[in-house]
Amino acid sequence: MTNEQTLKMEFTLKSMDFNLAGEASSKIKQVLQRIGISSAVIRRIAIGTYEAEMNAIIHAVNGKMTVEVSKDKTEVTVVDEGPGIHDVDMAMTEGYSTAPDHIREMGFGAGMGLPNMARCSDVFSIKSEYGVGTEIYMIFNH
Amino acid sequence: MQLQEIRNILHAEVLCNAELLHNSVHCICGADLMSDVLAFTKEKTLILTGLTNAQTIRTAEMSDAVGIVFVRGKRPSKDVIDLARINKIPVMVTKYPMYEACGLLFARNIPGSLNVREKND
Ligand SMILES: Nc1ncnc2c1ncn2[C@@H]1O[C@H](COP(=O)(O)OP(=O)(O)OP(=O)(O)O)[C@@H](O)[C@H]1O
Ligand SMILES: [Mg+2]
Repeated sequence: MTNEQTLKMEFTLKSMDFNLAGEASSKIKQVLQRIGISSAVIRRIAIGTYEAEMNAIIHAVNGKMTVEVSKDKTEVTVVDEGPGIHDVDMAMTEGYSTAPDHIREMGFGAGMGLPNMARCSDVFSIKSEYGVGTEIYMIFNH
Repeated sequence: MQLQEIRNILHAEVLCNAELLHNSVHCICGADLMSDVLAFTKEKTLILTGLTNAQTIRTAEMSDAVGIVFVRGKRPSKDVIDLARINKIPVMVTKYPMYEACGLLFARNIPGSLNVREKND
């Protein structure tokens, strides 16, 4: 990849579609491997995108993930159209989850997803408006 | 420790990717919540879990896990095994419940994920 080149990918994340859940992150991981990003960096990106993908599928509607890979960084944006988060500080706390029992039985609801995204990425921001939607933005330096 | 030694300790049956059992395990994580696995593990982790759906395989894929052992004799569906196969993740099933399976491996001095949570790791 040259300095000017960027690679763009876009994925639709369908609410409660657990058959396809993880597909987007899997495809992103494959592309990053193909262009030769180091495995330690890919691991951080894979965990970050997967947590964001699962949140959009589990907690939100009409999610969309956009990924832009350039020579020195990968930028990830995940937007959805609601329901949004009441208290973002609370949601960022390790262990806080509103996931109901049937979601926990599928292995989610530890309340670790957002803290994981923040830990794996070099830049992390979350904007959310209750009743409108949520936007996650992450940068991973290569 | 290699995966094949773990198979022997747990009397486990291999469900796919048996040719990869020479891969080595550096640490073990027993969990039924996948974000806990993603938060607390490093590479070359073996995941012990009772959760047999596709998200377990996805979690192993994203975290570069070295393999998965399903405890208490729980078997995933064929679709789930196929997903593990194409992702080159060895999968085993043991009759031991979670506590016993972890105990048997801990007794062999395989470390857990304590103190391995670092940023950018
Ligand atoms: N995109 C979103 N839309 C609406 N609410 C969200 C969204 N993402 C997160 N939340 C809220 O924030 C809480 C914490 O999210 P986080 O990802 O940390 O944990 P979780 O998804 O509940 O569990 P885990 O990620 O450990 O499986 C969620 O339980 C949910 O209430
Ligand atoms: Mg989550």
